[in-house]
Amino acid sequence: MNGQNKSLAETNPFTPEPARIIRTYHLTDDVKFFQVRFVDMDKALAFKYKPGQFAMLSILGTGEAPFSISSTPSRPGLLEFCIRRAGTVTNALFRLQENSLVGLRGPYGNGFPVEEMKSKDIVIVVGGLGAAPLRSVLLYSLDNRDQFGRVAVLYGSKRPAEMIFREEYFALKQRPDLECHLAVDADDTGKWTENVGVVTTLFPHLKKVDTHNTYALVCGPPVMYKYVIRELIKLNIPKNQILMTLERRMKCGVGKCGHCAIDYIYTCLDGPVFTYWDVIHMRELI
Amino acid sequence: MRILKLQKKDLFPFLEVISKEADLWAPVAKGDKFAFERIQNFSEIAMNTTRTILPPKKIMVPSSFNMFNVTEKGYKEDLSHVTQRILFGIHSCDIHGLLTLDKLFAQAYPDPYYLEPRKKTLILGLSCWPDEHCFCKSTNTHIVEEGYDLYFTDLKSYFLVWIGSSRGDDLIRLAPDIFDDNLTEKDIQTYIQWQSERDKSFTTEINFTRMPDLMELNYKAPFWEEVGTACLACGSCTMVCPTCNCYDVVDKQYLGVKPTQLTTVFGGPPKAVGYFVNCVGLTPFFGQRIRHWDSCTLPEYSEVAGGENFREKKSERLRLWYTHKLQAYVSKYGKPSCVGCGRCLVTCPVQINVKSVTAALEGEKIEAFWKRLSQEVTK
Repeated sequence: MNGQNKSLAETNPFTPEPARIIRTYHLTDDVKFFQVRFVDMDKALAFKYKPGQFAMLSILGTGEAPFSISSTPSRPGLLEFCIRRAGTVTNALFRLQENSLVGLRGPYGNGFPVEEMKSKDIVIVVGGLGAAPLRSVLLYSLDNRDQFGRVAVLYGSKRPAEMIFREEYFALKQRPDLECHLAVDADDTGKWTENVGVVTTLFPHLKKVDTHNTYALVCGPPVMYKYVIRELIKLNIPKNQILMTLERRMKCGVGKCGHCAIDYIYTCLDGPVFTYWDVIHMRELI
Repeated sequence: MRILKLQKKDLFPFLEVISKEADLWAPVAKGDKFAFERIQNFSEIAMNTTRTILPPKKIMVPSSFNMFNVTEKGYKEDLSHVTQRILFGIHSCDIHGLLTLDKLFAQAYPDPYYLEPRKKTLILGLSCWPDEHCFCKSTNTHIVEEGYDLYFTDLKSYFLVWIGSSRGDDLIRLAPDIFDDNLTEKDIQTYIQWQSERDKSFTTEINFTRMPDLMELNYKAPFWEEVGTACLACGSCTMVCPTCNCYDVVDKQYLGVKPTQLTTVFGGPPKAVGYFVNCVGLTPFFGQRIRHWDSCTLPEYSEVAGGENFREKKSERLRLWYTHKLQAYVSKYGKPSCVGCGRCLVTCPVQINVKSVTAALEGEKIEAFWKRLSQEVTK
C-alpha cells in the first residue's frame, strides 16, 4: 500500500518532517529554549510563517504537541521554541540533546495581522510564558522597525528567575526607539531594580497612547486576560485592535480532530490569535 | 439520471457478481440490532433494517488505526486500512452523514486517512421505513440527491435502481441482463405511493430551523446544568453519531521485544526508534502513531498539558456538542449536522439526545427521570 501512495505521502498533512535540535538550553528551571532546523535545507528555507503561528512538534515514539513559534520570519532558516515542561511530550523533549532528531510540521493558525499593524503603534502585554509567542512579533517589529510606529512592551512574571529572555529585555530597555517596562510579582533575590507587582501595575508607566492608532497584543496565563483587558479598555483601545493568542488542546493542527473547537470555529484554523470582540462574541475563548 | 428496475430475486445474484470486485459490507443482525460487517455469506445480509449500531464512518476511519510507523529516520505513513470496498444497505441518513464528514475532512488540509478509503468505497444505498425514533424528514435527509453510486428503492416486489455515478454504471454493466430499463406509468405511481406513505409514517418531528437562535438564547439556561448532572460522560452519543469526527492521537511504544516479534504489526520487522539504557544494556524500542475516535463529552477532551481544563463541567461539554450539531454547523453550511438517524435516541442511557434537548430548548420541562437516574447511579 505504501509504495502505491507515494504522491499521497507528499500531500499527507500529518507527516512530520525530520528536523534536528540545533541548540537547547534552560531559560528557567522548567522552561527550555530550542533551536530547530529541518534536516532538508531547502525545506528549512522554504518554511514561511507569520508571527503568532504555531507548529506541531513530534518526539519520535512519544507523541506530538502544538507549540507557538518564538522566532521571527525575518530571520529564516532556524525555528525557535520556548517550552515549559508540562506533560509527556515536553518531558521527553527535555531529555533530548542537541543534534537529536524530532518531527516538525506547520506552520498553522492565523498568526498576528502584521500587514494590518504596519505603521500603527504596538503595545505588547506579556505574562510569564506568554513571552514565547509574543517574542516572534516583537522581534519582527524590531527587525522592521521603520515600518511600525511606537513599540511598547509590558512584561510581568512571577519572580526574577522566571522571567525568560531576561537579558534580552534588559537590553531592550536601553533602546531609545522602544518602551520597555518589566515587573515581577515578588522579588525573592533582593536585587530586582524594576517594578514589583502584577503586570497591570505597569500601565501607569506607559506613555499616553494614540488609542485608535494602537494595536495591543496580549498573551499570558488564563487568569491574566480579564485584568489586562480592563486596563486596555480604560485606555480606549478599540476591541478589535486588542489581540490575544490562546492555548487549546490540539491533536491535528489542521481542523480535523475537533479538540480546539469553540462555537463555530477551530482555534487551529481560525486562531490562535483572536480579538477582544471575538471573545465577547464567542463567549468561551477566555 | 438512469433509473432501472431489478426484481427482488435478482438482488443477491447481482451482489454476488459485484462482490468479486471488492469486499462487500452490509448490515447483519446482532441480537435485536444491526451492524455493518464484511459479508462472507449472503444469507447474513439483513434487508429490512433500521439504523445500525455504529454508522458507516467506522468503515472509512476505523475506531483505532495506525497512522505512522516510527523508525529511527522519522515517520512512515501507514494506509493499510485503505482497501476497495462495496457498502450495501446504507440508508439516506447515513449517506448524508458521509457527505457531512466529506466537507470537514476535505476542507483546508485534506485528510488522506478518511478521503482515500472514502474514494475506494462504492456506496449502494437502500431505502428504508422509519421507526418511532427516526426523524430524517425533519433534517431533510430522508431523500438523497448525491453521495451514492447506486440507490435501491424497495417497492415490495422489485427495486428501482438509481444510478448516481459512473462507477455505479460500471457495476450495472457487470450484469446488464438482470436490469430492466423499461419504466412504466404504473411504476411511477407505485413509487409516488411508496414515498407518500413513507413520509406519513414519521412520528418524531423536530423544528431545526429555529435551533440556532434557541441555542444562542438558551446559552445560560439552567437546564444545561440539569442535563450535565444526569450525563454519564460515557461518550456513547458521539461514538454512534454519523457526523462526529473527533479523534485523539497517541504514540504507542513497543519495549523489550525483538523486531521479528512485531512483523505482523508493522508488516515487516521494524527498525528501532531509539534505545533505553538499562541494567542489561540497551533495549530498543519501536513506535507507532495511533489515531482513535475521541469524544467531546469525555472529561479530558479540552484539557491541556499542565492541567488547565477549558471544559471541566459536563454541562459545558454537552453544550459544546449541541452547539456544534444544532448551531455551529448551520452557520457554516446552512443546515444542522444532525441527519436524523435516531442513534442518540436509542443509545443514551439517560435519554439525553437530540429529541429531548431540542424539546428543552423549546421550553419543555425536562423529565425528572434524568435527575433521578443520576442520583440512583451515584448512590
